[in-house]
Amino acid sequence: MILVWIVWVVAGFACLASAVAVVSFSNPFYSALALIGNLGSLAVLYLLLSAEFVAAAQVLVYAGAVMVMFLFVIAYVGPRLETPWAGGPGWQSLGAVLAAGAIFVEIIVAIALKAGGRLKHSEHVNAPFGSPGWIGRLFLTDHLLAFEITSIVLLVAAVGGVILGSHTRRRETA
Amino acid sequence: MLQGPGIAWYLGIAAFLFATGALGVLIRRNPLIILLSLEIMLNGGNLALIAFSRHAGNGAGQIFALAVMAVAASEVCVGLGLVVALHRRRLAMDVDKLSELRG
Repeated sequence: MILVWIVWVVAGFACLASAVAVVSFSNPFYSALALIGNLGSLAVLYLLLSAEFVAAAQVLVYAGAVMVMFLFVIAYVGPRLETPWAGGPGWQSLGAVLAAGAIFVEIIVAIALKAGGRLKHSEHVNAPFGSPGWIGRLFLTDHLLAFEITSIVLLVAAVGGVILGSHTRRRETA
Repeated sequence: MLQGPGIAWYLGIAAFLFATGALGVLIRRNPLIILLSLEIMLNGGNLALIAFSRHAGNGAGQIFALAVMAVAASEVCVGLGLVVALHRRRLAMDVDKLSELRG
């Protein structure tokens, strides 16, 4: 019991700190590395919520494939430093901080109003909850349409990436 | 029985992640870091989905989280394609300076 709390505190703190680090680093390379830490600690939180398959997919798909692509593109484009707070707090950054704070307060208030009283007692779940076989059965029975539409979205995105790449190449040779 | 902290704590982390990502999107000018901040926002949403899925003992939230992951991968694919296209055309990596749609 106490071990779960310790793991939660460490993972939650790492999650919040790395999210702030992603936003505040001036070098995009460090931001991407901080985001890998963020995704890893989120996977630990998913494990605590007994979502084993989603945690594994998070590490494999996000922290693995997507972030490797990010790091590759950042290395390709080259480091472009940008100081987020350059020139003191202007009206733009002040407004951004206010807007982000308003979003945070709004989410908390909305959740507290709609579900505040019912968050105390979570349902009891059985052993196969969150396991790969259970997710696969849900995907191929109850949520088959979502599964198929996801594959179409991925296909369209891949075609879009190819078109973006080939278009600029043609312009350069012309 | 959910051991450790209750669902509300996870939802607090999710809200903070979403707000931090929104702050990054609003405050940064580099399109790469805007994409990274978008990932943080999507992950905040994912954490809330999985927390509510565990709370209700219902798998639909986890299915939705996996779909969000696929959408995030697609978004990264197109976004990084745009960044590479910007780099090839020697345009500035600054979303404030990219103000025209003409190719």
